[in-house]
Amino acid sequence: MHRALNRIAGATAGLPQKLQRMGLIGLFIGILLVGGCRTEHPYVQNAAFTADDEITITFAGPVDAAWARDPGNFSVNEKADPDIRVGLREAVLSADGKKLTLRWAEPLNRQNSHRLVLQEISADGQSRGSADLTVAKPYSGTLLTILIGAMIIQNFVFSKYLGLCVFFGTSRKKSTAVGMGITFTTVIVFSSLLSWLLYQFVLKPFRLDYLQVVVFIGLVSLTVQGVDTILRKVNPRLFKAFGVYLVLVIANCIIIAVPLTLAQNEYDMWESLMLALGAGLGFLIALFLMSSVRERIEFANIPESYRGLPIAFIVAGLFALSFMGFSGMSLF
Amino acid sequence: MVTPPKTHSQLFLNGLLNENPIFRLALSMCPAVGLSTSVMNGLLLGIAVLFVQVCSSCTISLIKNFIHPRIRIPTYTLTIATWVTVIDLVLAAYVPVAYKAMGIFVRLIVAFAIITMRLEVFACKHGLAPSFWDGMGMGFGFLFGMTILGAIREILGMGSFLGYDVLGFRPLLFFVLPAAGFFTVGFMMAIFNYVETFGRHRKKGC
Repeated sequence: MHRALNRIAGATAGLPQKLQRMGLIGLFIGILLVGGCRTEHPYVQNAAFTADDEITITFAGPVDAAWARDPGNFSVNEKADPDIRVGLREAVLSADGKKLTLRWAEPLNRQNSHRLVLQEISADGQSRGSADLTVAKPYSGTLLTILIGAMIIQNFVFSKYLGLCVFFGTSRKKSTAVGMGITFTTVIVFSSLLSWLLYQFVLKPFRLDYLQVVVFIGLVSLTVQGVDTILRKVNPRLFKAFGVYLVLVIANCIIIAVPLTLAQNEYDMWESLMLALGAGLGFLIALFLMSSVRERIEFANIPESYRGLPIAFIVAGLFALSFMGFSGMSLF
Repeated sequence: MVTPPKTHSQLFLNGLLNENPIFRLALSMCPAVGLSTSVMNGLLLGIAVLFVQVCSSCTISLIKNFIHPRIRIPTYTLTIATWVTVIDLVLAAYVPVAYKAMGIFVRLIVAFAIITMRLEVFACKHGLAPSFWDGMGMGFGFLFGMTILGAIREILGMGSFLGYDVLGFRPLLFFVLPAAGFFTVGFMMAIFNYVETFGRHRKKGC
């Protein structure tokens, strides 16, 4: 692993450090801008989950207690199912009248975003109009959930059983495993972002959804060819280290599964980036774990008919069993 | 190396047994592990792969003279993608329930190494009829492997076959666990290896 990392460090040392730092700062600013708060009504400052059955709303000024007491003023439903309304249990207004805590009859699923409607907010005896709010967990939490989910909880190799041909082919030695993992992560991030762009701005507006498979696989081949050509010219040292793995990337199902998943779930750009990154890093983790075991198996005394692939499958099965322990885990 | 031309039945049997895509070539393992929990799933995906393999083999063997060797791989990929889209839409329209159970795997046929490999190794060098039979052999080999895996896992795990209760009890519930796919494939490969080495030893002895 160290050798591979040193090789990358040596190859990228030519880049001016200033450029790298600028890129990093730009990335942070971008995340802050997108992750910042979004208000939809001038009188409502914030609405967020405080418990599974509780939503707390902060107003810009005090609201009338009589308005807050009427349960007909509030309704909530999951964004995906507008017909299923959840009844209100109680509404508690704080002493200064600025904070309203709504408790619902049933617990809400905090993983999904909810639509909360406040009818005719009244403050100081006059109406401020109705508010239609979206209540969701913080955006950064969603992103992190997707990243960790794709990397570990729903690991593409051990929990979804994808990309196995390449997985068994390149996990014989640690150096090969790390090289393949890094190459794969790079390519999948680029190709997924391209797929997202094309899906959102070409396929969806023109109703060409049924062409997904053809377009995505074409994009993947294009990305692989592009990375190959650019790397060969720009950085021959890096190409020498990772060029051999580029051909294998396209034979990996994960690289086509990720664009299909993000098109199906209607992810936005950052969510797509996180899914692709998580899938790539998850593949790297799986390869590294597997290669560590297989290097030791070389020295073990195994029955003749189990040598090679059969024992590798059984080791992978044990890994898959242990990864089942993560299933159902949810962060944030 | 010049090999004598094979008859069509030999081509067919080659794919079914000698070069079985799952147990011998160890290609397209993802569905063999992920989707072999029941006979029905294995059968349907096997049919889909058979269709894509035969159609792509025939298409490539027909247009092989017009493909520039440098762009042959992208051509294969796009041909396969087209046929995958066809079977994807057909399955979604006619067997929607089973299609939902197979999930993303039908679309992932496009990335199965076995199909591209047969196009590269066989279909781009042979005429229409041999390519058709080679595709049939490989497709049925895959179908055969998937069905066997599905049958083992369904009988041992659920005690049923194609959804009908056969045994009346569940011998090893472990086999329906998703992770057991790895073990089943591993054991099957070991058995294939054992039979092969056993046969070789006996031949030597006699």
